[in-house]
Amino acid sequence: MKLAARETIDSFVKAAFRTTGLLVIVILGGIFVMLLWNTIAFFAHIKPLDFITATQWNPGGNRASYGILPLMVSTGIVTLGAMMIAIPLGIGTAAFMSEYANSRLRNILKPMIEMLAAVPSVAIGFLGIVIVGPEIAKLAHQANGLNALNGAVLLAIMALPTIITVTEDALQALPVSYREASYSVGANRWQTLRKVIIPAAAPGIIAAVMLGVGRAIGETMTVLMATGNASAFPKGFFHSVRTITATIAIEMGEVPYQTTHYYALFAIAAVLFLITLLVNLAGEYFVNRYRKYQAT
Amino acid sequence: MMKRLSPVIEWFTLLFCTGTVLSFLIAILWDLTAKGWPSLSWQFITELPSEGMTKGGILPAITGTVMLTLLTAVLAVPLGISCAIYLNEYAKDNWLTRLIRASIRNLSGVPSIIYGLFGLALFVQGMHMGTSMLAAGFTLGLLSLPYIISTTEEALRRIPASTREAALAVGATQFESIRDVVLPSALPGILTGVVLTLSRAAGETAPILFTGVAFYINGSSGYLNQEFMALPYHLYMLSTQHQAIEQVRPLAYGTALVLVMVVFFLNLTAFYIRYKYRNNE
Amino acid sequence: MNEAIIKLSAQGLNLWFGNKHVLKNVSVTFPEKQVTALIGPSGCGKSTLLRCFNRMHDLSPDARIEGKIMLENEDLYDKKISVTEVRKRVGMVFQKANPFPKSIYENINYGLKINDIPSKERPAIIERALKESYLWEEVKDELKKPATRMSGGQQQRLCIARTVALRPEVILMDEPCSALDPISTRKVEELIVQLKKQYTIVIVTHNMQQAQRIADQTIFMYLGEVVEEGRTDDIFNHPQKDLTKNYVSGHFG
Repeated sequence: MKLAARETIDSFVKAAFRTTGLLVIVILGGIFVMLLWNTIAFFAHIKPLDFITATQWNPGGNRASYGILPLMVSTGIVTLGAMMIAIPLGIGTAAFMSEYANSRLRNILKPMIEMLAAVPSVAIGFLGIVIVGPEIAKLAHQANGLNALNGAVLLAIMALPTIITVTEDALQALPVSYREASYSVGANRWQTLRKVIIPAAAPGIIAAVMLGVGRAIGETMTVLMATGNASAFPKGFFHSVRTITATIAIEMGEVPYQTTHYYALFAIAAVLFLITLLVNLAGEYFVNRYRKYQAT
Repeated sequence: MMKRLSPVIEWFTLLFCTGTVLSFLIAILWDLTAKGWPSLSWQFITELPSEGMTKGGILPAITGTVMLTLLTAVLAVPLGISCAIYLNEYAKDNWLTRLIRASIRNLSGVPSIIYGLFGLALFVQGMHMGTSMLAAGFTLGLLSLPYIISTTEEALRRIPASTREAALAVGATQFESIRDVVLPSALPGILTGVVLTLSRAAGETAPILFTGVAFYINGSSGYLNQEFMALPYHLYMLSTQHQAIEQVRPLAYGTALVLVMVVFFLNLTAFYIRYKYRNNE
Repeated sequence: MNEAIIKLSAQGLNLWFGNKHVLKNVSVTFPEKQVTALIGPSGCGKSTLLRCFNRMHDLSPDARIEGKIMLENEDLYDKKISVTEVRKRVGMVFQKANPFPKSIYENINYGLKINDIPSKERPAIIERALKESYLWEEVKDELKKPATRMSGGQQQRLCIARTVALRPEVILMDEPCSALDPISTRKVEELIVQLKKQYTIVIVTHNMQQAQRIADQTIFMYLGEVVEEGRTDDIFNHPQKDLTKNYVSGHFG
């Protein structure tokens, strides 16, 4: 091929690659505009104050009510429960892998954690119905055990791989000199871990938790299947709840296009989008902080 | 006494954490295998469902998931790799590049149900695709895009600059150096990322809920302009929405096992590529 | 310098990486069919200067270049000149051998292929290039072997063969022996002395003995500036400046 032709191809291809890069911005912008547009349409019908303060989500009733509060509290309870389980287990596992396990054991554990991350959420939700549900039912003398606790357990399982991987990364990133310094003043492994390693890796661990929270808040299928989806205001771990994601999943399939109800679902999706965005940005901020520590 | 004992207790605490996490994985695999295995049979994976889903097989759900995953790959892989090439090989470090990178990171954090809404608004309604395999494929393609971009960029970053310079120094254009030298060297890494991403896409349910999946269709799945059945949605419906839930539980277990096997097969493929690649280095 | 034809030169060359001024008003000339060594302490800009001659900095987005680089009568940074063409005429051998992840044969064939040399002519050119780099006897029976399985010295000579196969006018070498053992180094040095019969060679080196063994001309650089240039013998034995004298006698660097 002649040189001129080759160079034409080169600049053409460069332009094509660049276009695909720009497309990514268009997609994120598109999602944002779509949510915003439909949210604005929603607030043309419903006052923002009612959306925030009303304590009922009842779009179907005679006097329809679109309060996001019960949904947010539901999402909050399930996520909180999940983190209470996943944070200690995740940090403990990451610490074990990073500080105690030899490289052979680590090479077995790591793929297993990846396998756990690979299990589809719908399969975990299914196990919530057939395993976790009946156990909770026995424990709490309830009929089926489909409640916030069940959702929390499942979300913990789903968030664990993220938390473990990011925490382990942060622990491994610490220079060996930290450990040596601690051992040289007579601290044992456990004291070193608690007094030196974990505080030094704190930004990384916070990032891990943030990313885990982001994962839990946005998860749909497991909570949809395991929490019972009662639309009443949530009362606690042993009661049925209905998260933002589950509400969208249940109602979007049945609602007629371009009704207030339809727009309402986009409005709660916009809230969900903003929350996950903030949580993930916070996670990223902390990841960058521990990367910076590494560099210096 | 306490002083000598406490490290042991502490060691057991951490071991207990690790053991608990592993027990989740083992419990999942054990339960699905023990209760799903009896449902598996040649008929189960090759026949259509019959008698209101209480009998027969799940063939249309399997073909639907396979077709949907392939469609996702066709839509997302070329675009994702191309975007990664732009970012790693061409882009200067300016505000536009930083904006693209920030968009990609944020896209990978967007909940999958929101992709479902976006797909509904854009593909199903906006572009008049209707609820169809095509609309669902586009939706899952978008969802997969950020993962493919970041894993591909990671693989490209591992190729040293000297490899690119070698090609440029003998008079290759930048595109020729990418095509002939950079991409072939990065291929195993890219492939690993693609396969892992597709295994995620195969198991996703929320994005296809409103964009094209159906509980039952007449005949076989696989037409681009029609609704389709898929394994994850089939499992969801059998385990929560069926009128005879207890009766179809064995079928649900069988479906769950097939789904997990499909996903794990893709994961093991990715692990294998990565393992071989590391040994070659 | 002397009466030889000036093949390559830089005139008032300045280069910045971001805000860092790396090359400061560099003007140097390289006579045709001679070996010119660029010496100086680490970070003095000699590799950066070398990479200007085949426009390798085009890929670094934060590099900014001012001044002229003339290959005979053409300015290599002229907008009308194609960078691909420049790199074909000015070949480069790198510090660390970087063969393509392909077979020995394909390593040389690749450059011929993309530069549109008819496939009938290629086997003869490849054989000649391997002979010119004294590699032919060692590899003629295993041309299909992956280049990455060769020894370090062989890999570097393959990279030289890859470069000479394209019949460039100038060959740039960026510390080509720094990763090689003494025996391989000697072979590459002998090769360079042979190659200067046909090519103009610019070599960056850290090794004073090497510069004295193979270079006709030597340029000493310090902190991004050219301190002194001249015949190798003069630079090492009768330097004009104290800085040069201190460097070549090993007081710093």
